Amino acid sequence: MDTDTAILASMLIPMLAAAGNMLLRDAPDLRDGMTLVAALATFGCVMNILVNVGNGTTAPMVLFSVMPGLDMAFNVEPLGLLFAIVASGLWIVTHLYGVGYMRGNNEDNHARFFCFFSIAIATTMGIAFSANMFTLFIFYEALTLSTFPLVAHKGTPEARNGARTYLAILIGTSIGLQLVAIIWTWTITGTLDFTKGGILEGHVAGSMVAVLLALYAFGIGKAALMPFHRWLPAAMVAPTPVSALLHAVAVVKAGVFTMLKVGIYIFGIDFLAETGASEWLMWLAAFSIIAASIVAMTKDNLKARLAYSTVSQLSYITLGMALATSMGVLGGGMHIAMHAMGKITLFMCAGSIYVAVHKTEISQMNGLGRAMPITYTAFLIGALSIIGLPPLGGSWSKWLLIMGAADTGQWVMILVLMLSSLLNVYYLLSIVGRGFFLPNPEIPAGARSAEAGLLVWLPPALTALGCLVLFFYAGGIETFLTPLVADMGVGDGQ
Amino acid sequence: MSTETVHHTALTLADHLPALQVLVPFIAAPLIVLFGRRGIAWPIALASSATAFAVSILLLSRVIDGSVISYHMGGWEPPLGIEYRVDAANAFVLLLVSAMSTLVLLFARESVEAEVSARHHALFYSAYLLCLSGLLGVAITGDAFNVFVFLEISSLATYVLIAQGSERDKRALTASYDYLIMGTIGATFFVIGIGFLYMATGTLNMADIADRISEQGSNRTIRAGFAFIVVGVGLKVAMYPLHSWLPNAYTYAPSMVTAFLAATATKVAIYVLLRFVFTVFDPGFLFEFNTLGYIILPLAIVAMFAASFIAVFQSDFKRMLAYSSVGQIGYILLGIAMLSQTGLTAAIVHLFNHGITKAALFMAVGAFVLTAKGSFYNDIQGLGRRMPLTSAAVVVGGLSLIGVPGTAGFVSKWLLVEAALENGWWPVALLVVASSLLAVIYVWRVLEVLYMQPTPDGSTVQEAPMSMLAPMWIAALACVYFGLDTDVTLTAAATAAEGLLAGSTGLQ
Repeated sequence: MDTDTAILASMLIPMLAAAGNMLLRDAPDLRDGMTLVAALATFGCVMNILVNVGNGTTAPMVLFSVMPGLDMAFNVEPLGLLFAIVASGLWIVTHLYGVGYMRGNNEDNHARFFCFFSIAIATTMGIAFSANMFTLFIFYEALTLSTFPLVAHKGTPEARNGARTYLAILIGTSIGLQLVAIIWTWTITGTLDFTKGGILEGHVAGSMVAVLLALYAFGIGKAALMPFHRWLPAAMVAPTPVSALLHAVAVVKAGVFTMLKVGIYIFGIDFLAETGASEWLMWLAAFSIIAASIVAMTKDNLKARLAYSTVSQLSYITLGMALATSMGVLGGGMHIAMHAMGKITLFMCAGSIYVAVHKTEISQMNGLGRAMPITYTAFLIGALSIIGLPPLGGSWSKWLLIMGAADTGQWVMILVLMLSSLLNVYYLLSIVGRGFFLPNPEIPAGARSAEAGLLVWLPPALTALGCLVLFFYAGGIETFLTPLVADMGVGDGQ
Repeated sequence: MSTETVHHTALTLADHLPALQVLVPFIAAPLIVLFGRRGIAWPIALASSATAFAVSILLLSRVIDGSVISYHMGGWEPPLGIEYRVDAANAFVLLLVSAMSTLVLLFARESVEAEVSARHHALFYSAYLLCLSGLLGVAITGDAFNVFVFLEISSLATYVLIAQGSERDKRALTASYDYLIMGTIGATFFVIGIGFLYMATGTLNMADIADRISEQGSNRTIRAGFAFIVVGVGLKVAMYPLHSWLPNAYTYAPSMVTAFLAATATKVAIYVLLRFVFTVFDPGFLFEFNTLGYIILPLAIVAMFAASFIAVFQSDFKRMLAYSSVGQIGYILLGIAMLSQTGLTAAIVHLFNHGITKAALFMAVGAFVLTAKGSFYNDIQGLGRRMPLTSAAVVVGGLSLIGVPGTAGFVSKWLLVEAALENGWWPVALLVVASSLLAVIYVWRVLEVLYMQPTPDGSTVQEAPMSMLAPMWIAALACVYFGLDTDVTLTAAATAAEGLLAGSTGLQ
């Protein structure tokens, strides 16, 4: 399959799966089997692109022109390909988990759920392979809309309120700020193509660079930069598979991915470094990292805690871009993969606990670790990866970010990253500690394993293993991403 | 650049297209009454509207390159005789009006059966065709007094059509009466304005008036004429705060009438405004420049917010859409007030895009009224499952109303923001996007009612018939199509805008 076909196929296959889910609404096994095949095929397409292109960049494939100069166009470049690999690969695991979760939990409307889930994946692929900001924006909005029914899935008043917040913030920021930024960019440069080294240099100067960056940074609400982060905790009313794949991987990573794309291909990292326009963003990201971690500590609801942890971790990636150094960009890019693998593990474990014992509050989870050893071990591994301890994947991206901070002489940022790790240790490992060491009178010693079905505990175990594997392949990812920073002027210190 | 075709004497049928555009529905209207049989009324109406649509396609295809067709009614030379003058701007409006009329008629049969008493059907379709020919006439004519005549034909027919809603709700009568009063005041102002122009220039041909105005420059008579015309047309446009007739008229009129009026009537009035502002007068005049910049622009922005804000708090889907229309007209006026190529293009594109969007949505309202006997939120709650196709059309139309990427509404909004930024009007750009967030709220309220509330117990509501779904979905798919392929709309609008801006003066 040639690359262009594979790009289109990676979007069309999930769309077909969505249609198939609606057609086969009354044949659950066939329906879920078909979606699994679609997930495998989508991943196959993305891997096919990897084999074809490697970490090269292809010429844009223009599908059609919406307005003169504004094309629906796709291409492959390392960051997008990495994102596509992560999202499509984890879709396979999450789909298995989703089947186990939805059935084990007796949720309603499976067909509708998996239908919109597949559409969300299709739009994520569209974001990953967008060749210009216009195309990216179209898919960005489509992703918000296709995930809305998933957040509102339960149909309860809480679900409706959560979904309203979700929509209000994501649509509000994207239309209110991001769209203005995009049209501004278009008006002054006459192009929106993702171009290495950026397109803005020479078109905008002085403090306006920072203003434009602010419109983008806050307009990309999916990156959950404070103060526009509240949609993410609100989205936690969704069934856990949604939180796992979409709100730990696809949607939030689409946000920081867009942030990186804007930094690298619209502004150009050199341009940001020269003008210093991203310095305020760096401080804001640092604030987000610490503040969200502190809020996470106060949350007793497990998914809410994980959500705030995600808010904090996303700002690592924004920070990486805002540092405007090659190490920062590499660290940020790599963190997309590392955090995805770690956080999806944690969310799936949270869902696993919910399916098995219907507990959502951390204070009620004493002693569960002994009853659910696989889930808790997976959680421990995921947590350690998020914290950034070797031998787990998360340690490398954090290392690169620290290197990036050191390059620019931003010692405060190094402290922020260190402090954040300590806070991570506190709010993540305390959950594991409670699970293994605190007694729970409801669980008699020597009770049988309380683990839910195979499809619920196996997927988090697999992704936990993935965190371990990523530690050894981190070098590969770094090399893979190197073209992003290949001919940067400043990279090593200013 | 632009070529001009002039026909003095009868040549072939094709040369009479401008006349046929208006005359086909105009002659079909009394025919329906003469036959008097209600079975035959709808087919005749549909056939004549479809013919008008075909004619408008032919006309647009002839002028899209920027040329102008001048047709002399009865062979009388302008400026004494009445001239029909077709350029890209009004060919585009003719296309919109006749296309929407045909689509709405396809939809109308079941809806009219249900909402209008049977003994009125023949007269109803007859009035509808008069309204259509009036609107087409307003758009095509090059004679200022003729504009007034056609405006009155369409308005009088509209009052009748709105009053037909009284079968369902007696308030249709007061709504119609309100509009009659307001519309007549508007028409009076308009004709007084024409009178002033005639006084100043001694001619009624628009191109001729333009010539003479540019010769003599601004004087008090001309300024007074301009003021009367803008206010008079402003009433027809439902320019805020002259919009007060619109919400009731749209709410209580029969559904198909609302769908037709929302998609066409205010749009034609906007075209008249465009024609006078750019062709007859010249934005170069200080009084006009100031009117646009200091009166119309702020009012447009107020409309965008105030009307959208009121829409948020409605509990009737149809009434909500009516207020939304007032707000959307604000966007169009804003584009005009920018006085730039992009701004004018945005206004004309939005005129079209909003027309198809509202047509789809009001047709969905018609389907709800037919099956659920009402369009209040508690009538339609939970119908997302029972009427999946109608509800899905509401989703598509609603997204286009918000301006979500991939829909027609997005294209308009993009151009509008681009135009604002080109002018360096920062705050305006932000206000445009901010007000469109209000649309998110009022659209989402409906979607939540449809999809996230339980269907009342014992509800036996079924999906609307195919004859309604098909035209509704044609309009809904058009919202998507014109959001992804803007070749036709953008080219036509850009040519029209160019023509309006450049050809401000004269019979070339």
